[in-house]
Parts: sequence; C-alpha cells; structure tokens
Amino acid sequence: MTRRGDTVFKSLATSAAVLILVALAGVAIFLTLEGMPALKAEPDVLGGKGNIILYVWPLVYGTLLAAALAIIMAAPLSIGLALVISHYAPRKLAKPIGYLVDLLAAVPSVVYGLWGIEFLGPRLGRAYAWLAENLGFLPFFEGPASGSGRTILTASIVLAVMALPIITAICREIFSQTPTLHQEAALALGATRWEMIRLTVFPYSRSGMISAIMLGLGRALGETMAVAMVLSATGVVTINLISSVNPSTIAANIALGFPEASGIKVNVLIFSGLVLFVITFIVNFLGRLIAARGLVKEGR
Amino acid sequence: MAKSIDVSDLDIYYGDFKAVEGVSMTIKAKSVTAFIGPSGCGKSTFLRALNRMHEVIPGARVEGRVVVEGQDLYGDQVDPVEVRRQIGMVFQRPNPFPTMSIYENVIAGNRLNAKKMKKSETDDLVESSLKGANLWAEVKDRLDRPGMGLSGGQQQRLCIARAISVQPQVLLMDEPCSALDPISTSAIEDLIHELKTEYTIVIVTHNMQQAARVSDETGFFNLKATGEPGHLVEFNSTQKMFANPDNSDTEGYISGRFG
Amino acid sequence: MSTTQDKVAPTSIGDIPLTRPQLPSWAPALVAAISVAVAALPVVFLGWGLVAMVLLAVVLFVIALPAWSSSVEGSRKGKDRLAAALVWSGFGLAMVPLATLMWQVISNGVPVLSAEFFTYSMRNVVGEGGGIYHAIVGTVIVTAFAAIISVPIGVMAAVYLIEYGAGNRIARIVTFLVDVMTGIPSIVAGLFAYALFVLFFGPGVRMGIGGSVALSVLMIPIVVRSTEEMLKLVPGDLREAAYALGVPKWRTITKVVLPTAMSGIVTGVTLAVARVAGETAPLLIIAGDTDSVNFNAFSERMATLPVYIYYSYMQPGVPPEFGQERAWGAALTLIAIVMALNILARLISRSFAPKTGR
Repeated sequence: MTRRGDTVFKSLATSAAVLILVALAGVAIFLTLEGMPALKAEPDVLGGKGNIILYVWPLVYGTLLAAALAIIMAAPLSIGLALVISHYAPRKLAKPIGYLVDLLAAVPSVVYGLWGIEFLGPRLGRAYAWLAENLGFLPFFEGPASGSGRTILTASIVLAVMALPIITAICREIFSQTPTLHQEAALALGATRWEMIRLTVFPYSRSGMISAIMLGLGRALGETMAVAMVLSATGVVTINLISSVNPSTIAANIALGFPEASGIKVNVLIFSGLVLFVITFIVNFLGRLIAARGLVKEGR
Repeated sequence: MAKSIDVSDLDIYYGDFKAVEGVSMTIKAKSVTAFIGPSGCGKSTFLRALNRMHEVIPGARVEGRVVVEGQDLYGDQVDPVEVRRQIGMVFQRPNPFPTMSIYENVIAGNRLNAKKMKKSETDDLVESSLKGANLWAEVKDRLDRPGMGLSGGQQQRLCIARAISVQPQVLLMDEPCSALDPISTSAIEDLIHELKTEYTIVIVTHNMQQAARVSDETGFFNLKATGEPGHLVEFNSTQKMFANPDNSDTEGYISGRFG
Repeated sequence: MSTTQDKVAPTSIGDIPLTRPQLPSWAPALVAAISVAVAALPVVFLGWGLVAMVLLAVVLFVIALPAWSSSVEGSRKGKDRLAAALVWSGFGLAMVPLATLMWQVISNGVPVLSAEFFTYSMRNVVGEGGGIYHAIVGTVIVTAFAAIISVPIGVMAAVYLIEYGAGNRIARIVTFLVDVMTGIPSIVAGLFAYALFVLFFGPGVRMGIGGSVALSVLMIPIVVRSTEEMLKLVPGDLREAAYALGVPKWRTITKVVLPTAMSGIVTGVTLAVARVAGETAPLLIIAGDTDSVNFNAFSERMATLPVYIYYSYMQPGVPPEFGQERAWGAALTLIAIVMALNILARLISRSFAPKTGR
C-alpha cells in the first residue's frame, strides 16, 4: 500500500520534470514543423524578397541592433543602480529603492508601448531633430530626423528600461553577497568606498554580472509589444538611428503581421520565430553557463 | 615609527544600543597590548573603533577621544580612509583577495595610492613585507599563484604582510589565530614578537594563554550584566594581570571561574 | 559640524598625517545649487526646456564636485565622489521612466474609469462608450487556466528536483533548462501554442485555452524556480523526523515538506500569475481579440486586457479619441491588477513566512 503510494508519487514528480524537457523540445519541434514550409515561400508573401533568408536577415539585424543598443544603455545603469541598493543607499532607503526597481519589472510591456508612443517618442523627436542638425555628420544621426520619434533608438531606450530591473535584480543580489571579510580587508588597507568596490565587489561578481547582462540581453531580444508599438518600421538595414526609416525586429514583425496572416505567410512568420528562439536560446544558454561556471569557481 | 594611542572616555554605540562604555587607556608604542574577556563584551568593537572600522556597520558612532600623536582620530578634518592607512588591521579569518595572486595581495594597499612604482621597487616591497611576515621562504617560488591556495596559517601571514606593506604605525589584530591550528598559531605568535620591535600592536584574543605569551600589557573587558554595555574592568601589565590582578572579577575570569 | 573653516586646521602635528584637507559637509549642496543656477541660465536666455536644464545641472554637478574634490582632497577622494555622483544620478535617471509612466497612466486613465467601463463589453459599440468587461473576463479565464496547468507541473517538477533528483543527471539538466526556459520570448511561446493547436484544429485557430498553454510555457519555469528555493529552505531534520516516525516518503512530502513551504510556494505562484497576466504577445497570436464576452475558453476568440489595450490604441477606429481613452483606462486597470498581485504576494510571504524563525 505505502510502497505503491511512493511509486505513484515519485513517477508523478518525475513525469512533471520530464514534461518540462518535452515542452522545451516541443517548442523547437513544433516551430520547426510549422516553419519549414516557409523555405518554399514565394516572393509575394516575403514582401518581395527572393527567399526566406533574405526576408529574415533584415529582421535579425534589427533585433540585434535594438537589443545591443538597449544593453549598452541598460548595463552600466543597472550596475550603478545595483550599487546604490547594495552599497550606497543608507539601509533604511535601500529597501524602498529596491521596491521601486521591482516596480519597473511589474509594468506590462504593452503599457511600456503606450508610454513609448505617447510620452517618450514625441519628446525624443525634438532631441533627434537637434542631433540631426548638429551631429548629422555621424552616420547614426544622419537625418532626416523622425518627428514622431518612433525610431529604433526610441525602441532601444524602451527596451533598456525593461531590461534594467532584470539586470539590477541579479547584480544587487551578487553584490550584496560579496564577503564582508574581503570588503573589510580593503577598507582596513585604507581604500575609499569606490576603491573597495573595485578591489573586492567587482572581481567577486564578474561572472554574475556578465550572466545578468546576458539575461537582460535575452529579454531585450525577445521583447515584442513595446517594439511593435513604438517602432515605425520599414524593414531596411541601416545604422541611422533617428530617421523614420527603421529596421524592424523579428518579434515585432510577428506581432504586427500574424493576426492578419494566412496560408504560407503564417509559416514564414513562424520560421522567423524559430530564428528568434534559436538566438535567445543561445544567449540565455551562454548566460546561464557563465553563471554556473562562476558558482563552481567561487564555491571553492 | 610606532606611535602610542591615548583613549579617554570612549563610548561606542550601534544606533541606540550602547555597546561599550567609558573606556580610558594608554596603549604604549612598540609593545603588544592584549584585550581579553568573555564573548560579547565589546573588545572587538573597541578594537575596531581604534581605526574607525566599526563605521562600516551603519549607525555606528562613538563619543570620547582616541588620540594618536596629538591628533584625535574622530576630529573634524580627519579622514577615516587615512586613519585606516596608518592603523592597519588583521582579521579573525584570513581574507586574502580571492582574485589576486600572492604578489598582488601584498601590494594591494600600495596600488590604491597609485604611486608610480618601478617593478624593482614593488619587488623589493613584496620581498620585505613577506619576510616581515615570516612567509617569504615558503612562497618565494610561487608569488604569481592565487593567495587563496595557501594554507590557513599562511593566508593569515599573507594578510599580515599585506597590512605591513603600507607601513602603518599601529597593527590591530582581531583574534588572528582563532581560525588556525596550533602550529600556525605558534608561527603567528612568534611573528608578533618580532613585529613589536617596529610596530605598536593591539591584539584581541579569547585565549588567555595567548595573551599571557605574547603581550606586555593586558586589558580585561566585561559586561556588568546581559544587555548592559561592555566596559574595561582592569588594565595592567600582563605579568601583574596574570599573577596578582587588582580586581576580583579579573581574577575570577583568569582562573576560569566564568566566561 | 561645518565650523571647520574658522578653526586652524590641525594638519599633521606629528609625522603622521591623519588629516587631509576635506571639503566641508555642505560642499555637495553648494555645488548642486550652483549647478542648478548655471543650468537655469540657458532656460531664461535661450528658451531651453526643463529636461535639458535638469540634464545640464546633473552633468555640471557630476563634473564640478569631483573636480573640486580632486583639487582639495586628492584624486583618490575625487574618484570616490565621482563614482558616488554617477551611481546616484543613474538612480535618478532610472526613476524618470517609472515616474512619467505612472503619471501618464494615472492621469489619462482615471477620467475613463466608470461603472459602465467595467460592466460593458465592446459589442456593437462605435465611438464613445463601451467597456472592458469582456477583456477582464478573458484575462481571468486565460490566466486561471494557465495557473491550473502550470502549478501542478511546476510544483511536482520542483519536488522531483529537490526530493528525488538530488543532483543526478536528469535533475541537473532539468534545472539548467528551466533556467534557460525563463528566457523564452513570450511571442515564441505564442507561436508554439499556435503550432501545437494547428495540428488539432487546423489553420487560423484562435481560442482562449491556447493562450493558457502559451502562458504556461512562460509560467512553469517561474513556479519551478520559486518552489525549488522554498523546498531547499525546509530543514532536512524535519524530513528525517518524519521518516523516523515510519512515515513513507510521499506522505512526508505531502504532509510535512509541502505545507512547511506552502507560503513561499503561494507567493511564487502569485508573482508568476502577476507576470503572465500582463503578457500581450502570445495572446495576440493565439487568443486573438473580439468585442464580445466569451466565457468558453475552448472555442472562439477571447479578448484579454493586454490585447484590448493594444488594439484600442493602435486601431482606435474613427474618431480615434474614444478608443485611445479606453486604452488608457484599461492600462490603468491592468497595472492595478498586476500591482495588487505583487502586493498580495508580499503580504502572503510576510504573514506566513517566519514559522522557522528565519
């Protein structure tokens, strides 16, 4: 009786764990199954592009560009924010500040989209006009500037805001785990607070920080709605960040196209989703791998 | 080089909690002063107040004066960073920086000051500091290996080398042997004997035999009652303290009746 | 405190310099005031905006204070002040989106809220009027089904990882892949659900339960992770005490381990629900949008709050004002729901947690 209970319960638990593996494999398999017909897609569903690769490539470019810009902005800011919480803020303030940052993570992406169109875009539009006028010799700021501000740079800023709480949360966790012993050793040698952080906190947290940034990157790569709403995309490949002609991202392109798509167009979009899945999987995989390595190393 | 420290009427608080009350003493230059007492009596707190390390804990503050060479450590213009440069510290558990080699650990303090030093100068500094800490012979062939790879006792001596490489006036030691085996402990005790020719040394220990072996003067800290602040019961030469203390509580503690 | 200027600074009485020239404690305030004043000049004379003024003031402060400090206190102290100024202004910068976003949502959303807004659907509504009743119903149903799917799988998987797997090969792989799975883009989860349902229902399928499946893909890893953490906190002696009484393992887990960890698990599930309730992309793909109330998750399209917000704003109809107003009202409602779930999770963890002392 009891032994049967044990067997049943254990197999239930085991199958739940295996089901997760199956689900993950399922994501890859079903996306591949439904994505494959796209290889035979004709140019008329590919927006005039000759084959699926030519169709996906500008999207991949846009996805990587937007995410990379977002991380360039978010990573230093997050590390600073994490330091405020772990080392700079007085203890009474640190907790409320942590809550505020968590609040950023709780805002649904569609609301970030509204904010991006309504608040951020128009205000940045004016800044872009200034940039085009004064820094137009740089290829990134070559005009004509978008008046509505719905550019790839605006989308990246929204993505940065969304990646910020993720990176901050992980960084502040590892920053505050830095052994007090090492921090005191640095202070006792006559280090200022900043020198103490550079001498002990950063070396201790290096792998954690890298993996946090990778996870933030994963989030920025896959984020859909904010980009779909904010970006006014035309599907070109350009490094001009402030014009009204912008590359689109895979996720945003799917969100915009899928509801009205039918026939092989659906397969085309699913194929691009498969590409996005592979990219984010690699990024997350590397991020977790670095974190796991770091743990093993620090464990000793 | 070594300096004496005059403490008068020092109270130490953590927020509203008074941890140590009314300590006055003179710590002599070029000698070893030991603090003993039951755990929680504030001896480590007091030690950390001598180089303002207790300020690391938020809400910590002191009242009273700690004077080194006519300068109050808690004076208006005094920079705690500079205080800690002049008054070094060795901790309970060895804490070499895990990402640095033995060599880098020793010169970590000098690197902070960003003084331009030639390679030959730093080499000399590393050698003299490690020799000063009786560690040179054991590590001279593997200076580029991580400091964490050493044994516990070697790590602690590496920390002492790191502390003396910035040429401090005073060396504070907070139970430096409590995490070590007896052989390493005796190596550290020998080292303390040698170091006192050049440095003023203050050591906190829970081991009375150790205090008797290494120190010239001893202070006994105690609590009046649980929850009350710790205070200095008696401060005397070590010889007198262990042979014929003035205070009956001291005698009780030393003879093992409590604590 | 700042009477230091009057006294003669006791520099280096002996040969050990403990004192260094230090900036007075009001130095940062002074520099801040001057920075703001200087930044106000272009506002007055060149007609700059407020944002430009604040930015200029911050930049001036971040440059001026460390520079002053370097010249008086030395370069090390200067760098220290620079780092502090930078991290704090970073914090200020990061709060700008939060503050402006909240202000926008509240100021645009509050006027829209009314009894009608919460009790009417969009059926046969053109222009003014209508509400989000159908979308709230949809969000509740889709999220509830997602929780019904995810919680048993997530909790049981965590039980396997902690109680049975204990570091074996499968457990290690599952743990790692669960971590990787937390990074699956939500739109990919939506495509997965669509690709799965197409096999059974044919092309163009749209139904609420599909949305639940997609959300489960996002939710399961969160539930597994939080449950795992909680189970790890259950002390081993508790399990041994139960075994010593002759209780079989599965009863030990269901009667001792899980109840001990319950508050933490409920907290984790609540946070996971809060996370997926705001998801838009997968529902856009598989649940679709409709103007009418649909209580049946297993047939036809089902509106949800996030998708409703998206369509109301992006395709507001003619004239656009009414649709966009409703989008803000729905956004306020959605944020309120998500925040409420977050607060609820905090309350749960606070009120039930300290059974073991820590």
